[in-house]
Amino acid sequence: MNSFPRRYHAAVWDEPLIMEQGAPGRRGTVPPGPIEAAGDLLPEGMRRTTPPALPEVAEPDVLRHYLRLSQQTMGMIGISLFGTCTMKYNPRVGELLAARDQLAEIHPHQDDAAIQGLLEIVHEFDLMLRELSGMGRFIFQAGGGAAAAYVHACVTRAYHESRGELAQRRDVITTAQAHPCNPATAAAAGFNVITLPVERDGYPSLDALRAVVGDGTASLMINNPDDMGIYNPHIKEWVDLVHEAGGLCFYDHANFNGVMGRIRAAELGFDACMFMLHKTFGAPKGGGGPAVGAYGCTPELEPFLPGPLVVRTDSGYERRENEAGVGRVREFLGNLPQVVKAYSWTLAMGADGIREAADISVLANNYMETRLLAIPGVTKSFDHLTARRLEMTRYSLGEYTEETGVTAVDVQNRMTDYGVDAFWLSHEPWIVPEPFTPEAGEGWSKEDIDYWIDVLAHVMEEGRTDPELVRSAPHNQVVAQIDTASLDDPARWATTWRAYRRKNERENERQNEREVTA
Amino acid sequence: MTPRLGLVVNPIAGMGGRVGLHGTDGPALEAAIRRGAVAVAPHRARRALERLRALAPDVPVLAAEGPLGGDHVTGGVAEILPRTRTGPTTAEDTREAVRRMADAGVALVLFAGGDGTARDVVEAAGTSVPVLGVPSGVKMHSGVFATGPEAAGETAARFLARPGACRDAEVVDLAGDGPRVFGVARVPDAGSALQRAKAFTARSGDADLAALGREVAGEMRDDRLYLLGPGTTVAHVNAALGLPASLLGVDAVLGGRLVTEDASETELLALLAEHPAATLVLGVVGGQGFLLGRGNQQLSATVLDAVGAGHIEILADRGKVAALDPPVLRIDVGDEHATAPITGYRKVRTGRGRSTVLRIVAEGLSRSPGP
Repeated sequence: MNSFPRRYHAAVWDEPLIMEQGAPGRRGTVPPGPIEAAGDLLPEGMRRTTPPALPEVAEPDVLRHYLRLSQQTMGMIGISLFGTCTMKYNPRVGELLAARDQLAEIHPHQDDAAIQGLLEIVHEFDLMLRELSGMGRFIFQAGGGAAAAYVHACVTRAYHESRGELAQRRDVITTAQAHPCNPATAAAAGFNVITLPVERDGYPSLDALRAVVGDGTASLMINNPDDMGIYNPHIKEWVDLVHEAGGLCFYDHANFNGVMGRIRAAELGFDACMFMLHKTFGAPKGGGGPAVGAYGCTPELEPFLPGPLVVRTDSGYERRENEAGVGRVREFLGNLPQVVKAYSWTLAMGADGIREAADISVLANNYMETRLLAIPGVTKSFDHLTARRLEMTRYSLGEYTEETGVTAVDVQNRMTDYGVDAFWLSHEPWIVPEPFTPEAGEGWSKEDIDYWIDVLAHVMEEGRTDPELVRSAPHNQVVAQIDTASLDDPARWATTWRAYRRKNERENERQNEREVTA
Repeated sequence: MTPRLGLVVNPIAGMGGRVGLHGTDGPALEAAIRRGAVAVAPHRARRALERLRALAPDVPVLAAEGPLGGDHVTGGVAEILPRTRTGPTTAEDTREAVRRMADAGVALVLFAGGDGTARDVVEAAGTSVPVLGVPSGVKMHSGVFATGPEAAGETAARFLARPGACRDAEVVDLAGDGPRVFGVARVPDAGSALQRAKAFTARSGDADLAALGREVAGEMRDDRLYLLGPGTTVAHVNAALGLPASLLGVDAVLGGRLVTEDASETELLALLAEHPAATLVLGVVGGQGFLLGRGNQQLSATVLDAVGAGHIEILADRGKVAALDPPVLRIDVGDEHATAPITGYRKVRTGRGRSTVLRIVAEGLSRSPGP
């Protein structure tokens, strides 16, 4: 029997950037010279005058560099109960399927006749999602959940334009606990955003909605349950109210895991919904692979979908443009390897398995809740509500922070010293102080969940006896705390090597000047 | 020169809270002590300083003497600002210490207290030196406080390491029965990704409000009278028009011109008689969601009636809205007839093209139960 907590230490390499390694002239492979001069094929204006600044490194150094970086990945190999993200195991068989030549080696411009199997999978999976939601058609073009929300904003625009009401319907209504992609994409599509605040019941009131819904309403964009795990039982009345006013209703199914197979968007009256294949449907996420936001809508909205659509004909499957649609939100049919993985996952689970998984994820969360609330200093958001939370619960360390001065971020950092991935805090705005939001899902074992809870309790106790130990954490990780000030400073933030060099050289010069004048 | 921190502690702040009083202003202090109140602010100031010292051991501190500061400093470089007065400490001690610290060129004044202390600090400091509050009082409606003592220490340490962006924050206190803006202070812009604190809005806050100010200004019609209420939020509308703002009062604008600055009730009624088509633009005062209180006596029931409930635009900072618990705005003008049409769910604008819906209730602190 191992003692608690288990011993853990991440790999630490202090690995330099690839641009800082190597030496001039060093090579991995030396390719043969060109058979004929290719320079003439390029227009004069496109030819470089100086060669690009590429790293010059030997092959073994390249291999070691990326191996070390992979060892320094913080997360995904610990216990990850990262709420709102539904961190699932991604079955290896999905990776094997996606790596097969029939998928990995095809080109999107190949003739339909040459990719019938793949188009069949796309169609079949569309049918499965229709069954889960009651919608009329799904597309997989959006490269993530927020992109699918943006599809809805575009479809909303096209729908009201087709009815000559776009000039008048300027408002998209959402809630303070909906995912921020809903207001963000609505604003990006040119709509005004009305955000309803959460009231005492844990969700916004129908009266607040009533006060703003009207002939200016374009759409409602909403999650249910929200990120606190609270399900709004009046959702059908909300949808009816928006429909009576002539608006559309979009169900952001980011938190689908607790209600899979239990509710269907169409039966609640929604016109459209979105599923994230990279979380709910077992495909990788978080750097493990590209994402897919599957957007589904009723037949009434289908004419506005971005094309091409996959349709079944007597002679097989084909991709067909959607003439009145909104064009493209992304190229081709989307990240099809992820669609194949999600298809494989869904087939393996079956309808009963999916429903059972939803139930297990709710059960696991309620088990966690019982244990977590027994830890002194952990409180629950809206703790006067007695209804059970679904697949997540939002907690607060506010009382603990007031007592010890140790914050939720400090606790989060310290937990990673024990082989537990950083927990999720809360989307903005924080309506409970020092929030954290774990999500157990259906896949994590009771042993893993118990260990996670024990680590939290252990770290909180450490914070009482030795707050500095927790505040200065992590100690066993790849890196310790970093100065985040530059993230807010356009003069210092950098997303490329070139920008990093330019800004830091300037910064160093300024620093030197300051020292000289002082 | 290394940036210096000024430290002033209101040793009696917060003593009323746990014994059921609303503050320790004036005679309330004696009552608090009779009821067995213990000092709160010194302990909280020490917590903030410990955190500051852990992050910035070498920051020189200029502390007011004795219980006003110096007693709570442990370790590090500290200089004491001798007290010139005798007898029990009063608000004048706070004001004098802050004035002298500003003169001595401190980079930041850290104070421990509540809204009353914040008033004294801002009265002395104005906007000449940034200030930051260690929340230690009974009432903390002002936007100058960090979320907790440690957060105050961290924000101060970060700011002193790299004195940079500041923003305006309202100093709000109860006057009579309602809250009122007493002044505007400069506070460190603690907008780092990991420093999201309820009392502070994210760095984008000011940009959002500036955009809202331009949007509201852009909608203005030349033939309409606009009454711009108190506070820093509405001041963004003045700024968009290129007009000065009387942060504590109501400004009247017509045809893009300022017709009356800091108008009295009589002046407002005269303007409204001449220009019945009018819009009142209001901000939310302090952290407790006060829209209209007895602090804005110029915005009387008669004035509200003349404007008409349908012509009131409400603007609010998103951070302030998020901090409202419950999400309601309060009005207390003591007149059922004038307030009834204003109450209920109303749209509140939080940014350009952004709004929320808040319930407006007619009640004042005067009628709410004590803590």
